Amino acid sequence: MQSAISLSLSSPSPIARSAVSNTSDASSPAPRSLRFCGLRREAFDVKASFDASSLRLNRFNLHSKSSNSSKVFAALNGNGTPPSGGFDYDLVIIGAGVGGHGAALHAVEKGLKTAIIEGDVIGGTCVNRGCVPSKALLAVSGRMRELQNEHHMKSFGLQVAAAGYDRQGVADHANNLASKIRNNLTNSLKSLGVDILTGVGTVLGPQKLKYGKGDNIITAKDIIIATGSVPLVPKGIEVDGKTVITSDHALKLESVPEWIAIVGSGYIGLEFSDVYTALGSEVTFIEALDQLMPGFDPEIGKLAQRVLINPRKIDSYTGVFASKITPAKDGKPVQIELIDAKTKEPKDTLEVDAALIATGRAPFTQGLGLENINVQTQRGFIPVDERMRVIDANGKLVPHLYCIGDANGKMMLAHAASAQGISVVEQVSGQDHVLNHLSIPAACFTHPEISMVGLTEPQAREKAEKEGFEISIAKTSFKANTKALAENEGEGLAKLIYRPDTGEILGVHIFGMHAADLIHEASNAIAMGTRLQELKFAVHAHPTLSEVLDELFKSAKVNVGASNKVAEPVPV
Amino acid sequence: MSSHLLHTSFIPTAPPSLRRRPGCAAPLPRTPLLVQSKIREIFMPALSSTMTEGKIVSWIKSEGDKLSKGESVVVVESDKADMDVESFYDGYLAAIVVDEGLSAAVGSTIALLAETEEEIALAIAQSKKTSSSAPAPAPPAPTSDAPKVFDEMPSPAPAVKASVGTNALGSAEHPASEGGKRVVASPYAKKLAKDFGVDLKGVFGSGPNGRVVAKDVEAVLAAAKLSGGGAKVQASEPPKPSGVELGSVVPFTTMQGAVSRNMVESLAVPTFRVGYTFTTDALDALYKKIKSKGVTMTALLAKATALALVKHPVVNSSCRDGKSFTYNTHINVAVAVAIDGGLITPVLQDADKVDIYTLSRKWKELVDKARAKQLQPNEYTTGTFTLSNLGMFGVDRFDAILPPGTGAIMAVGASQPTVVGTKDGRIGMKTQMQVNVTADHRVIYGADLAAFLQTLSKIIEDPKDLTL
Repeated sequence: MQSAISLSLSSPSPIARSAVSNTSDASSPAPRSLRFCGLRREAFDVKASFDASSLRLNRFNLHSKSSNSSKVFAALNGNGTPPSGGFDYDLVIIGAGVGGHGAALHAVEKGLKTAIIEGDVIGGTCVNRGCVPSKALLAVSGRMRELQNEHHMKSFGLQVAAAGYDRQGVADHANNLASKIRNNLTNSLKSLGVDILTGVGTVLGPQKLKYGKGDNIITAKDIIIATGSVPLVPKGIEVDGKTVITSDHALKLESVPEWIAIVGSGYIGLEFSDVYTALGSEVTFIEALDQLMPGFDPEIGKLAQRVLINPRKIDSYTGVFASKITPAKDGKPVQIELIDAKTKEPKDTLEVDAALIATGRAPFTQGLGLENINVQTQRGFIPVDERMRVIDANGKLVPHLYCIGDANGKMMLAHAASAQGISVVEQVSGQDHVLNHLSIPAACFTHPEISMVGLTEPQAREKAEKEGFEISIAKTSFKANTKALAENEGEGLAKLIYRPDTGEILGVHIFGMHAADLIHEASNAIAMGTRLQELKFAVHAHPTLSEVLDELFKSAKVNVGASNKVAEPVPV
Repeated sequence: MSSHLLHTSFIPTAPPSLRRRPGCAAPLPRTPLLVQSKIREIFMPALSSTMTEGKIVSWIKSEGDKLSKGESVVVVESDKADMDVESFYDGYLAAIVVDEGLSAAVGSTIALLAETEEEIALAIAQSKKTSSSAPAPAPPAPTSDAPKVFDEMPSPAPAVKASVGTNALGSAEHPASEGGKRVVASPYAKKLAKDFGVDLKGVFGSGPNGRVVAKDVEAVLAAAKLSGGGAKVQASEPPKPSGVELGSVVPFTTMQGAVSRNMVESLAVPTFRVGYTFTTDALDALYKKIKSKGVTMTALLAKATALALVKHPVVNSSCRDGKSFTYNTHINVAVAVAIDGGLITPVLQDADKVDIYTLSRKWKELVDKARAKQLQPNEYTTGTFTLSNLGMFGVDRFDAILPPGTGAIMAVGASQPTVVGTKDGRIGMKTQMQVNVTADHRVIYGADLAAFLQTLSKIIEDPKDLTL
């Protein structure tokens, strides 16, 4: 990382850094309404979610250029040096999900004596009930889809007899994957010497907490809350785990209903619709907003709808709430009462074989002892500032207490939690650091995939209008990409939203084969502050899908003229 | 490919023929001429520098839909990508000139846009006219005529709708529908119904709790096909043989179009035919004996066929996907019935198991229902083997076209006295009937049919088993 930074510092182009000032007063990143990990629109309304400084990340590593190589070496010797100041630990993390795990790993690297408290299973939602098992199911659905697509196979010259599947086998694959990843995670913590404390962790006061049944009290210099979230089940919906289910149940794939209603068309709903339709179910989406896939860039959403929804056995109701859902019993099907989202008037009743509640996720903060430190949750989320420091009921920072991941609601994504955790560890080990959430990519693993980073077009337009700059849009199609055509997967679009005056990337949205893997070139560019005029010279192997982005960057028209060359240098 | 291409205006001002004449340029009170100038043409846009023609992937809006500026109207596939094309004006999509799936050169008209609802008719009328450079005379503005023109446009889907809608109409009421007030149909069933214009209200639901599922809709569609579009059954106007104008070219009605398509589709199945002559003296004798008990010849033939099919399940099989075939569990003999100048195929279900008297009663019931147009889809779509009999017209032999989705159909000719030579060199008179079976050679081979016909011949020539 250090080397990368010195490289860009020695970059002959001052422009590379110049736009940082532009971004830092950019502020007001319109809330990302993408409902990743069930993130609801409101989730971002939690105060102080981003502020100007959150965009300064481009330089975070520059702040930390003082060498801390000795500490890095310490990591090789195990879990830190004995903590100073009479604390049991330097850092205690409550919750061993992906966020807590990422923080723990980085803390050890930084030489902190670290413990992690887990009241359930190591790995949290992502590994056990979320991203990981769902990827196993989606891997199956992707293959089923391909094998069932006669036209597709024929165009390859392949002949495949009727493809079928064994439900239990599919379910086992998901379960095996989860346990394998869980073991990997546990082992990595153990091998680094992180103490794994079992039981529910409760904060007793500043720098003091207890865990487990025996009321084991420990002290820590710093505490990170990373307790994550659970599926959100709106009022009136009765979950029985058999016919009315949440993602927790669905991932076990105990049945493949003939007709399943999916409440919520965010990314969880979309991914499950992909799985279920590939396995032969018919799907009905119930979406409270007026259009499906809210939060995605509208153009991408439109295309995705044309590919992922319209041709499949899916229908939808938009602008309605499922006010009451009754599980199937006594030979009656699942009953869903729909009311108009605005007028609240009854609209319709559906009778289906099963209902999946994918309306979002609610933060899990039970038993944390927040009252002991006078912290009040907002809509269930723990309020934090841009440095993940917990804010109490009086608006004051609680010293040495941080909250990362779904529990703070900033961006409900596993990798965002991990990045927040690393950011916190940077801070507690003496380097100020603010994470730029706009550089965190997000992906939806449908077939084909959807991925994005930064702002959507409407968000970018709003921001541009407010701050008085121009934006431009560039697009490339997968249809023009050799590799995509070789794979017979020409359906897809990559879209770039940028500032023609500076070459700054504001957002990139990809719909197409392997979109989730392709986005990182863009997210890294945003994180590093790399400009389009520089990216244009980067070389991509031919023929690869990454050329979609190559072409995208090259098609951008950046007007960085001579005048920009004397742009004021940015302090580093 | 860059975005600016998308923003190219593809709706120019009105074409020359529609421009106001100089004399009328002044803002006069609203005259028809001014009104007409509000109809804009939507052109095939150039989405890339190399694009010469584009294919319409899909129309996002339908004719008559209101459009706002910036809304996507159509998806166009160029040589490089599919792109949404947006409207640059508010108005109504009056007429689609180039249908989905068709291509058009860049710059050619693909649709007409009317500014107000009233002008839709005008636009449609205009779309009918070939472009003429003559300055527009007083526009016809035939509000009442134009839609009619429209209705007459052959569009296959509504044909099915027309037939299917009424065909199935009746008592198809499912428990989940609150006494028929609403239709409970699965997402795919709805999609199919929409695509093929089937009215779900009358469709019999075979899913859980009487839900209409995809196969119910497919059954209705298959029935519509099977009965020659089922369309004629419903044809409100019986054909007027006298009113035919000789020498005139008559475009297909939508129903005829549907029939035509189905017939052409049947060509995709490799069929072959095997003929056989049965001696029916014994059968005729049996028929005479039990006629008084209400037994019909049709029932006897169906029963005999069903009993033969029991021994030759392959002839009762069906191949739908070209990759596998199904040995049908039930032996359901469909019998083609001409009715009102059309054709429908009521089905005698489990004809092998039901006794001849019940079968005869069932047949009478089916015919009555067919006449009253009250057949339920499962009563005319579930056949696994079809009988077609033109013997009553004195036809001695013919061959039938295999209905898609079934394995074989048997064309039955008239039973008539024939002079027959026997092996011992004598000549005698016997009543004989020729049959000709058309079968799907992907699953049923010559020897299968031959063996089946041999079995059937034995049953017919020694029909005592029919009354068991």
